[in-house]
Amino acid sequence: MQVKLKIFRYNPEVDKKPHYDKYEVEADPTDRVLDLLEYVKGNFDGTLSFRRSCAHGICGSDAMRINGRNRLACKMLVKELGTDKILVEPILGLPVIKDLIVDMEPFFANYRSVLPYLINDEPPPKKERLQSIEERERFDDTTKCILCACCTTSCPSYWANEQYVGPAAIVAAHRFIFDSRDRAGAERLRILNDQFGVYRCHTIFNCTEACPREIQVTKAIGEVKRAIATGKIE
Amino acid sequence: MNNYHQFDVVVVGAGGAGLMAALYASKTASTAVLSKLYPTRSHTGTAQGGVGAALGNIEEDHPEWHTFDTVKGSDYLGDQDAIEFMCYEAVQAVYELEHYGLPFSRTADGRIAQRPFGGHTNNVTGKPVSRACYAADRTGHMILQTLYQQCLKNNVNFFDEYQVVDVLIENGAAAGVIAIELASGEMHVFHAKAVIFATGGHGRIWEITSNAYSFTGDGPAIVMRRGVPLEDMEFFQFHPTGIYRLGILITEGVRGEGGVLINDKGERFMEKYAPTVKDLASRDVVSRAMYLEMREGRGIGGKRYLYLDMRPETVNKYAALDGRKRPDGSPYVVTGEELLAKLPDIVDFARTYLGVDPVTQMMPVQPTAHYAMGGIPTNKYGEVVIDEKNTVMPGLYAAGECACVSVHGANRLGTNSLLDLIVFGKHAGLRAAEYSQGADFQKLPADPTEFARQQFEAIRNSDGDEKAYVIGNEMKSVMFDEVGVFRTEQGMNLALEKVRELRERLKRVRRPDPGKIFNTEVINIWELGNLLELAEVTTISALARTESRGGHAREDYPKRDDANWLKHTLAWWDHGQVRLGYKPVVITKYQPKERVY
Repeated sequence: MQVKLKIFRYNPEVDKKPHYDKYEVEADPTDRVLDLLEYVKGNFDGTLSFRRSCAHGICGSDAMRINGRNRLACKMLVKELGTDKILVEPILGLPVIKDLIVDMEPFFANYRSVLPYLINDEPPPKKERLQSIEERERFDDTTKCILCACCTTSCPSYWANEQYVGPAAIVAAHRFIFDSRDRAGAERLRILNDQFGVYRCHTIFNCTEACPREIQVTKAIGEVKRAIATGKIE
Repeated sequence: MNNYHQFDVVVVGAGGAGLMAALYASKTASTAVLSKLYPTRSHTGTAQGGVGAALGNIEEDHPEWHTFDTVKGSDYLGDQDAIEFMCYEAVQAVYELEHYGLPFSRTADGRIAQRPFGGHTNNVTGKPVSRACYAADRTGHMILQTLYQQCLKNNVNFFDEYQVVDVLIENGAAAGVIAIELASGEMHVFHAKAVIFATGGHGRIWEITSNAYSFTGDGPAIVMRRGVPLEDMEFFQFHPTGIYRLGILITEGVRGEGGVLINDKGERFMEKYAPTVKDLASRDVVSRAMYLEMREGRGIGGKRYLYLDMRPETVNKYAALDGRKRPDGSPYVVTGEELLAKLPDIVDFARTYLGVDPVTQMMPVQPTAHYAMGGIPTNKYGEVVIDEKNTVMPGLYAAGECACVSVHGANRLGTNSLLDLIVFGKHAGLRAAEYSQGADFQKLPADPTEFARQQFEAIRNSDGDEKAYVIGNEMKSVMFDEVGVFRTEQGMNLALEKVRELRERLKRVRRPDPGKIFNTEVINIWELGNLLELAEVTTISALARTESRGGHAREDYPKRDDANWLKHTLAWWDHGQVRLGYKPVVITKYQPKERVY
């Protein structure tokens, strides 16, 4: 099938402002949008710039706005779009560096701010720490996060105020707060109780809709809110 | 100098091996990690099924059994001292990951869950043993995340999106690396006492591959251009179950949980090829069996794929026939929900890329280029060794897929790559830090960036009409057809001629993006140059080896030949020509015998 690609372009070394380039390419319905971008770059315009690596939805490099929704280009098949017109733009809320590449540093700074690592100073046993299947299940969903930023950059609260820590950072915090082996839950809750913490979330569900790993992001944020409100991690 | 940095230890690559090395080196030495990707984008994250360690959480198991299975899996080309070291270190290494916070799946009594994997056996009965420690089917993802988190906790210095393009060697010792900061296009000099390469594999040489775009063999290509040989490059693993046409990996864990391969006649054909462990034979054996089935017309609809069937009714049928039992002695029976809980990503991949629900439908699969057994030669401490006598190059280290210890020999067992990363990443980090405490910085040359600059100026100034995209596709196609699962002298000569032609054509590539900021086009052309050089080394190493062993299957030399070929290949890149040498395999306890599964 023939598809019409419209791609956001901005090269700070040449362009005063962004524009869109259009390409018509022959596509297989099972092609990934990433395949089309590679084809355009390889055949029409080598300057087209985007990040990619694993190409099957695990590394999180190629988060983009595809027809207005945050998606991984490698997980979005042409046939799933339901149209032959494909609009590709950078994710919103982070500064555009070039074409589809945005500055990820503010995103990772938010991630780092929630102490995203296991904290437990008790001497570990000789073998593994024990954890029941139920305790492990408690935070299973949030361990899936690949830090692609689809959620955070789909969030109107984040667009409104980029100091908001954002859904991905809360997901990272959740993964440790509800891990029975961790001892710093209270500290993370204190961090997220800040004016730019969880209460910026207005349960709009864009994050959940955007997550390519199908994490129940809004639910996780709700659980963190509840833990702050009740002072209990359950 | 603005773009000059100095660290005791510089780690190149931020996957499992690089992060493990950084974590350990940074305890005592100033350490920087340079990665062309954000660390969490590294390919370790795509590893699915598990990390091998004889914890014995499910059933009896011993590091000694793990050692023997790995030696056998390697088709006796693995160095037995290094394999033994890895398999005994494995147990503590996995506990250590757990202590770092890795969310392993759990057994009913709260211990780390384990599942069977290809080639891992109970050495008494010969039956599959549960040795793969897993976190659902995202074990690599959890290792990568956990190690990155621990590095953040320990304030490791990260230089994200820095593409390393050269290693500096002065007075026969490592002196640092040259890197391009992708965001600015600027070249940076990293002056270091010790350099650890942990850049991963080069599976992008082949058309059907499970490997990331970033797997372009940068580390091996860089050190090779500076005179370091590469070891056993003819050995590359083709994983049996890649998604048809796309090559995306479907973990061996599917077969560990009871899934089976099915041909066009509906037969579970692995019974014929490996009567004892069947679908859980080692990967080279299974991939060859699949090719033979397809060659004899039993591919699905006569095409180049077979089915992987993990529907509960199929799993339960064959588990009953095999007499498979649960640890408590009850018959092995699974439900769709259990499979979904244990293999959620596989279900997602199948739905997304195949439009197939694997709980109710079969998945079309074909062998996919997966793992480089060969690479930068090292000893078991991660020190790079540069000749037939294993002479150490001071200050230079390698770990993970880019390295060749060799613990995988001619064929790697599933779960041993993640194990390799954590064990040898750790030891490379420790050794590098220790070395840096007693060593001085080498004096840098007057113009340290000269060699790297020459390479990039040639690309930037190229003014031909060739497309790198086309050259890349031609390489992948000929290498998959002729230097793939099965090989012949004639086919490989064809591939060699083609690869050499493509190397020439790459010099006449059309003028690339002239910009500095995120110039991915220029970087991609440089990466393609790496792949082409490694493809040539692979083919020449493979042509010379006139036997079949592990992942290297010659139709014109179908037998293993221990009398002449029980030795490691070393390949030097000598002014654009490949020169070969050989060194002995280390054999301690296990004399080579025929491999039967």
